[in-house]
Amino acid sequence: MTPPFWAPYKAADSSPSVIGSPLSTFALDRVSAHFPEAVVERYVDRAGGAWAVIHPDSLPKVAAFLKNDAELEFKLFGSIDGVDRLHLAESDPRFEVVYFLYSFKRHEHVRLKVRVSEHQPVIPSLATLYRGANWWERLTFDFYGIRFEGHPDLRRILLYDEFQGHPLRKDYALRDRQPLIPERPIKDIFRGPGTSGHS
Amino acid sequence: MADSHTFDAKGHNPDTDGSLPPEGSELEAHLQSKHMVINMGPSHPATHGTVRLKVELDGETIVKIDPEIGFLHRGFQKSCENVTWTQCLPYTDRLNYLSAMMNNFGFLNAVEKLIGLEIPERAQYIRVIGSELHRLTDHLTCVGATGLEMGGFAPFLYGMEARELIQDRVTELTGARLTTSFGRVGGINRDLPEGWADKVHKTLTRTEELLVEMDGLLTRNRIFVDRTKNTGVISAEDAIDYGWTGPALRACGIDHDLRKAHPYWVYERFNFSVAVGEHGDNYDRYLVRMEEMRQSISIIRQALETIPAGPIIVDDWRIALPPKPEVYGTIEGVMAHFKLVMEGIQVPPGECYDATEASNGELGWYLVSDGRGRPYKVHVRAPGFPVLAAVPHIIEGKMLADLIPTFDTINMIGGEVEQ
Repeated sequence: MTPPFWAPYKAADSSPSVIGSPLSTFALDRVSAHFPEAVVERYVDRAGGAWAVIHPDSLPKVAAFLKNDAELEFKLFGSIDGVDRLHLAESDPRFEVVYFLYSFKRHEHVRLKVRVSEHQPVIPSLATLYRGANWWERLTFDFYGIRFEGHPDLRRILLYDEFQGHPLRKDYALRDRQPLIPERPIKDIFRGPGTSGHS
Repeated sequence: MADSHTFDAKGHNPDTDGSLPPEGSELEAHLQSKHMVINMGPSHPATHGTVRLKVELDGETIVKIDPEIGFLHRGFQKSCENVTWTQCLPYTDRLNYLSAMMNNFGFLNAVEKLIGLEIPERAQYIRVIGSELHRLTDHLTCVGATGLEMGGFAPFLYGMEARELIQDRVTELTGARLTTSFGRVGGINRDLPEGWADKVHKTLTRTEELLVEMDGLLTRNRIFVDRTKNTGVISAEDAIDYGWTGPALRACGIDHDLRKAHPYWVYERFNFSVAVGEHGDNYDRYLVRMEEMRQSISIIRQALETIPAGPIIVDDWRIALPPKPEVYGTIEGVMAHFKLVMEGIQVPPGECYDATEASNGELGWYLVSDGRGRPYKVHVRAPGFPVLAAVPHIIEGKMLADLIPTFDTINMIGGEVEQ
């Protein structure tokens, strides 16, 4: 056993270079060069992945550039998800939406991020640019209540229409239950009797 | 009685005067029909899980289809956010219960990237072996079920025999048949059992024999070919646009496999080829899966031959549990064990996206840590999710009977799609 186990694990204890060289920033450099006003922030994460924070209004044109530019061709749609930053050190604006695209030409993922506030969680939809975005945007809407403007069919995808609130927001309680059919009170030896939350 | 025959204005009664009905009678008239809406699922045997497909039919042609998912939603992400990093492992099993180890290892790989940790070589080999074993079980079930639903029960039984043999080996390795919860952050929690490699070699030999049987029963079977060839066709451009990965994308002719494109663990040391189809139809997806199984067998054999000796988990008590003699014999061991179990691994604050090639495609993880010992966010990019999203595009305008093989060969897994 080499390092002392009682000390907290510090970021400096390991360097991302252990895993491999930092991933290429070529795609995001090109985005920055073409749309300097669209890129709010650039940074590299712990695993060496390059990120760009994009202004919400500029997202469609940045995504279209990434998809159609002859040197980039990020055509394979990866995924979309949200992050509720309520309990993080930096929590304003509250929501982040992350986008992952893949390019067969560059053989890499590109990581984009858009930040929106709690009061106006609206982002332009990419569903017309990438058909794959359709369901992922519905998922993000379902989980976080972020609305995608221009989406053809923005409704819940996993939860039912009667569901109140958005379960992955950090202020949604873990055991908040909303059954469609009233639950019978069950004596739960671990969590105490009865149901909790809405019942 | 007489009243029932007086429908004809001219008094013509085919029952009594024996003449042929005049032109334009009811028999020649266009059969009035309207679109019919039927429900497949949520608990239909052919939906492999709990998907409700609302299908609008014109005769037997599908006019519109709306997949409704979420019946299997268990709150995967919310659950993970409220437990320690190690405790997430059982949840990842249940994303795809036929290839649980791939989900385990994919998640662990992402956590290790976030920490900045390199795992011992032997652990990397064991992860490759485990992943490929579970790729076999997943594909065997998919191909077997496809045969079953095309009317052939025997291929399914051959597939199940091979699957059960492999799952016996998995049980010997991990202690569980389906929900393995195998591996820990920093490596593997238990080493290969004694004599296990020989058993695996025997199992692989038998699996190869069974694959030959399945191949003989399906690949040139007239009924099977008729129902799968040129059905469920998707072009490569559309598949990419929807975000397809894995065997379903390779069947469209795109040579993309993360094991080759971004080799993780020790995959670059093995000699294997990526199966690529051509037409993007159900038959090619079936062929790609069959070939991938042969390649997986080859990878497992190479890995078992070249696996090095050595530690299976990192020697760092902030990440891996100390060896049991230390826990029972020294105060430091007890403390490290206690802190790991009670507080969990203190993953430094940060974020990362990492993906591995699971049996059905790119299994991506976007993890955020706030440094408090629990995941702040666990995003999983389930490979089946974009595949299912493209089903309406593939199947609208086609026959209802084409829906069954299409749904089989895309192999959508309810557990991961519905989280």
